[in-house]
Amino acid sequence: MYQYIIKRVLLTIPTLFGAAALVFLLMRLIPGDICLVRLGGGGASFDPKALIACHAEIGVDRPVIVQFLEFIWGLCRFDFGTSMWSGKPVATEILARLPISLEIALLATTVAVSIAIPLGAISALKQNTWIDVFVRIFAIGGIATPSFWLGIVSVLLVLDVTGWATGTPWMPPIDYVPIWKDPIRNLSMAILPAITVGYRYAAVSMRMTRSAMLEVMREDYIRTARAKGLINKIIINRHALKNALLPVVTLIGIEFAFLIGGLVVTEQVFNLNGVGRLFVQAVQNQDYTLTQALVMLTVAIFVFTNLVVDLLYGWLDPRIRFA
Amino acid sequence: MRSWFLKAALAMVLALPAAAQTPKQGGTLNYMIAADGGPSLDGHKETTYAVLHATAPFYSNLIRVNPENPSSTTDFICDLCTEMPKPTNGGLTYTFKIRKGVKFHDGSPLTAHDVAVSWNRIVFPPAGVSSAREASYPMVESIEAPDDTTVVFKLKFPTLSFMPALADPWSYIFSAKVLEKDQHFYERNIMGSGPFKFSGYEIGQAMHGVRNPDYYYPGQPHLDGFNAIFAPKQQTRVDAMRADRAALEFRGMSPTARDQLVKELGDQVTVQESDWNCGNVFTPNHKRKPFDDVRVRRALFMAVDQWKGAEALRKIAIVRTVGGIVYPGSPFAATKDELASFPGYATDMEKSRAEARRLLKEAGAEGLTLEMLNRNVDQPYIIVGTWLVDEFRKIGVTVTQNIVPTGPWLDKMRTGDFALAMEANCQMVVNPIADSGRYLPHEIYKENFAYHDDPVQVDIYNKMVRETDPAKARVLMRAYEKQVLDIGAHQLPTLWFYRVVPMRSYVKGWKIGNSHYLNQNLANIWLDR
Repeated sequence: MYQYIIKRVLLTIPTLFGAAALVFLLMRLIPGDICLVRLGGGGASFDPKALIACHAEIGVDRPVIVQFLEFIWGLCRFDFGTSMWSGKPVATEILARLPISLEIALLATTVAVSIAIPLGAISALKQNTWIDVFVRIFAIGGIATPSFWLGIVSVLLVLDVTGWATGTPWMPPIDYVPIWKDPIRNLSMAILPAITVGYRYAAVSMRMTRSAMLEVMREDYIRTARAKGLINKIIINRHALKNALLPVVTLIGIEFAFLIGGLVVTEQVFNLNGVGRLFVQAVQNQDYTLTQALVMLTVAIFVFTNLVVDLLYGWLDPRIRFA
Repeated sequence: MRSWFLKAALAMVLALPAAAQTPKQGGTLNYMIAADGGPSLDGHKETTYAVLHATAPFYSNLIRVNPENPSSTTDFICDLCTEMPKPTNGGLTYTFKIRKGVKFHDGSPLTAHDVAVSWNRIVFPPAGVSSAREASYPMVESIEAPDDTTVVFKLKFPTLSFMPALADPWSYIFSAKVLEKDQHFYERNIMGSGPFKFSGYEIGQAMHGVRNPDYYYPGQPHLDGFNAIFAPKQQTRVDAMRADRAALEFRGMSPTARDQLVKELGDQVTVQESDWNCGNVFTPNHKRKPFDDVRVRRALFMAVDQWKGAEALRKIAIVRTVGGIVYPGSPFAATKDELASFPGYATDMEKSRAEARRLLKEAGAEGLTLEMLNRNVDQPYIIVGTWLVDEFRKIGVTVTQNIVPTGPWLDKMRTGDFALAMEANCQMVVNPIADSGRYLPHEIYKENFAYHDDPVQVDIYNKMVRETDPAKARVLMRAYEKQVLDIGAHQLPTLWFYRVVPMRSYVKGWKIGNSHYLNQNLANIWLDR
């Protein structure tokens, strides 16, 4: 088991290095530069000397190979440098956004899991009944509806309904307060995006749970369990559901990792100052150091999540051994 | 007219007597900044209004546009000085007396020395310091503080463009003591002498300020504090105003957003509107065939019906006014009659387009198919670009838009990798002579991308910039404009932007200016609730 974990951790090194080289190269293929965006983006005039000074200040006037080696050396020391846009350490920039992204990801996952697993299982157990049809429609609706659209509609709906009911339209706060400072304000900001994101996430997981459950319920060992006279509750909870959850756990892991940096549009709809929005800003501003760090963070999250998922397999299915 | 338009009109009328009301003290203003957080916090270094809207309330300036009359193009008043100076020594020396008793937020006194050091940092930045507006002060020879209450600006040549340049809202007065220790301190920190003290900054999300009890204008600021929230998406800003999460956003909204807010909120919202010292400039690349031929450039300009376009586009885009190279509200701006003879400003479009087709035929450029570089910003770049494409079609020229993000857009213009481009022209304090410098050839003004040569134009400009008689300077401006728009047909300014600022009706005291960079220190704002 420990050997397996060490092996997996070591395997992340070439993965991270490959990603680092790729993102470094791709960023420099985009025409334009951060100093132009910074000085000329507003349409106002600026001094050409300021452009030269800006290039020198952020170090893009040095040879590309020097910049690359410095980036890799920084990575080896877990030093991502400073944001070319703000001049602040990249770690500070990311840490300022991570709490809200993590919170939304956790809440959305909670919403998704608490809807998807029971409904997916019920749908499979009640196959071809009206319950199954209802759940399938609900799931297809979730897959077909983009989260950002649902977000826009939900905000408008909340505004209209509260305006109609109380005379004063209400919407979630547009500035983030940590949960330990003001839990009510924090949750009132986070709950709507968590539901809108969680719905799509739940829909995908629900479909997966249903199909996995259907497959498992037709297995010989389920028939055996029934023949032994086990009660249905035990067959479903102990034998069927646990086995059916294997692909669902994989899916949840991938989705969770995606949510950390992938909620680009949803974060904009709800004005959430999260990692997804930072990602877009970094690319738009051509902030090489910040984009590189964010890509590395995303890669690391995916690698780590996959490792956790693989370890969960062993817990869910004792037949799996980590050799 | 629909009822909500009547409500809007009523709301605007109701807003007028507000200036006469006695300001109430207290309250916190929540406003939005229609952008993501800006780069550094150093006003001398940055150009994006996202920085200015978040930091201006913390700082003082030497002089400023009158906050009670910000639409004026000539009304400048003292902020830190005690009296607007009369130039001496043949217009070469300006001596400012500085207020006594002004304190920085750390309690240290602000003297003329701080003013001189800050201005020297802007005009003559030391090594390793970047000043975005260094080029705006070619006339300044030296800035000195002979004593604690006097600052002397000496000029190389007298010019009308000096005073407006001095009212630049970015020219924050920093502490000389702080700069002496660290020239980069203000990139990461805030410490000024303005109406509000810094109380917090959440990176990329919000800036917070609290009342400065030692502010040198008695009774100001009226607010206890402010929260400036970055909200780049327009729909979020509209929703936030509906729910009163924020009272306003100072830069401006689209006409459709204004109409929606007026419809939803009725008399709970007031709207202030103004012509805007910003616009787009349609630029053919003179180094590219067939735009090395003035006939082809003239033909394209002649296809455009700006007067009719203004009427149609004002309903959907933040544009409104037809103008030449000078902001239409300025005494230096061309009248409609003065513009009418230039290509791109005709009123008889049938005749103008017939002439355009003739010119194309004569130049052997009939049936042109081209690409126009544009920026991926809806308001108003893409809308104006789409309109131009349709105008060119009317003389048989097929243009498609190459819409790209800001970085590649700027890069392609700077490297000359385009045939036609929509350039931006967004200025701050209306400074007709300095602002029109952006039409100078690329060799002189690096942010002009027509890549043309025109010694006559440069000669007129040089005379104009040194002319101190406004009437004579205006005559030179007409000659310069004719050279740019007509004789050389170098570039065509398209419709000037129009600023629409809806705000919650309880926000009082603020007056819209002709630039979103102006009147942002919030000292005169109060809340009527």
